[in-house]
Amino acid sequence: METSEIIEKLLFIGLLFLITLGIAAYATYLERKVAAWFQDRIGPDRAGPFGILQPLADGGKLFFKEDFIPAAADKWLFILGPGIAMFTSMMTGAVIPWSSDIEIAGNTIELQVADVNIGILFIMGFLSIGVYGIMIGGWASNNKFSLFSAIRASSQMISYELAMGICVITIVMLTGSLSLNKIVESQHGMNWNVFYQPVAFIIFFICALAETNRAPFDLPECESELIGGYHTEYGAMKMGFYLFSEYVSMFISSAIISILFFGGFNFPWMDHFNGNTLAILGVIAMFTKTFIFMFVFMWIRWTLPRFRFDQLMHLGWKSLIPMALINMLITGIVIAFNEGWFN
Amino acid sequence: MNLETFAIIMGGLTIGSALMVIISKNPVKSVLFLVLTFFFISGNYILMNAQFIAAVNIIVYAGAIMVLFLFVLMLLNLSKENEPKNSVFVKFAALVAGGILFTVLIAALKDGLVIAAATVDQSDTIGLVENLGQLLFTKYVLPFEISSVLFIAAMVGAVLLGKREKQLID
Repeated sequence: METSEIIEKLLFIGLLFLITLGIAAYATYLERKVAAWFQDRIGPDRAGPFGILQPLADGGKLFFKEDFIPAAADKWLFILGPGIAMFTSMMTGAVIPWSSDIEIAGNTIELQVADVNIGILFIMGFLSIGVYGIMIGGWASNNKFSLFSAIRASSQMISYELAMGICVITIVMLTGSLSLNKIVESQHGMNWNVFYQPVAFIIFFICALAETNRAPFDLPECESELIGGYHTEYGAMKMGFYLFSEYVSMFISSAIISILFFGGFNFPWMDHFNGNTLAILGVIAMFTKTFIFMFVFMWIRWTLPRFRFDQLMHLGWKSLIPMALINMLITGIVIAFNEGWFN
Repeated sequence: MNLETFAIIMGGLTIGSALMVIISKNPVKSVLFLVLTFFFISGNYILMNAQFIAAVNIIVYAGAIMVLFLFVLMLLNLSKENEPKNSVFVKFAALVAGGILFTVLIAALKDGLVIAAATVDQSDTIGLVENLGQLLFTKYVLPFEISSVLFIAAMVGAVLLGKREKQLID
């Protein structure tokens, strides 16, 4: 790798980092506005016009609060918890292809940090270790409510990861590749996977809600039973990191849903464009889809009540996993039929 | 920095964190160091061009099995007061048994290391999913299928044990 290439990648990583953080910050604002809209209120409107500076005010407040560590807590693990939560949700963005290549002054720039040929497994890997942030934080707080929350989070994550993984396998079977780039390329134009795999999409979406700890699956931070869940003992920016990482993973999972099922940066009539125009329109298409899914995440949160824990386990193990398995079996049979195995 | 220095640093980190698993007093910290060890092992796999195995190692071991370990340990509530006390005799026996196991491992791996070094230098497509899948479903199809039968047997056994307990309660 040449030096210029490394600098180019570093710049892109920095830009992606800033964009992800910015979107996560404004997702908190958007969530409060959406909640207000659903509940017929006005929402935050004091900081700046339409309350647009509210995330900055919140961030500033969190930074200047007292950074407190309980005496009975395990100090290093207590600090490590929010860091891991943030790290794992940010890392997943590294393999997401945001658009086709862009050309600036004769240099071709890939709008993707790393084109790993096992991209989707990379994402599943970081998703599966994402629970450590909650588990470590909850255990290190030395508080029974936090511990309950950590235990809930881990059993929920493991249960829903299975159905999610099976849906991903179905998509991989359709595409024949684990690379996210190939998965996007195979959905050229309007040839999106959601039309072939509607069941897989619904299951994947439900699992994504559960994996990001969003309502109706936010049992780890169920305030009516567990005070604040795993972040009961946290304050200042440490709690901010936990809250923030939820929005980062919401952004990233919306991006993954649009890549796997809604064609990523593909859009209808894309063959009329080429070069940089195509790339820029691709970025716009990708972000539009992502924002639509983020809105759906919020819509669900402010519409549906929370599950009970046994209902959550029942849904995961007795409905979603069998449905995902049957869907995979049918997909396999259809693929085998198309390849002429039964002739 | 060439690949060999990288491999040495990675190996050292792996062994270091593996040692911390046994040295650390707190079982939860032991498990966390074990997770770290799995990450370093995945790093070693990537150095050997086995990306797929590296990712699967993280998903299965660090992401699922270690979460279950941690889950159980958190429920056990281990503390210094109820830590089991080992006598000198048990410690001595453990030392001897461990030493013998170490010798056997070294004897077994002595020739294996040479073969491993020979495969590392091969083409960089060796660990890709396609090649791995081809090998698994042609050359090694029998051990692959037998191990899957073994997994089903273990699952059925676990379900059966769980069911029997319930009948007794009724």
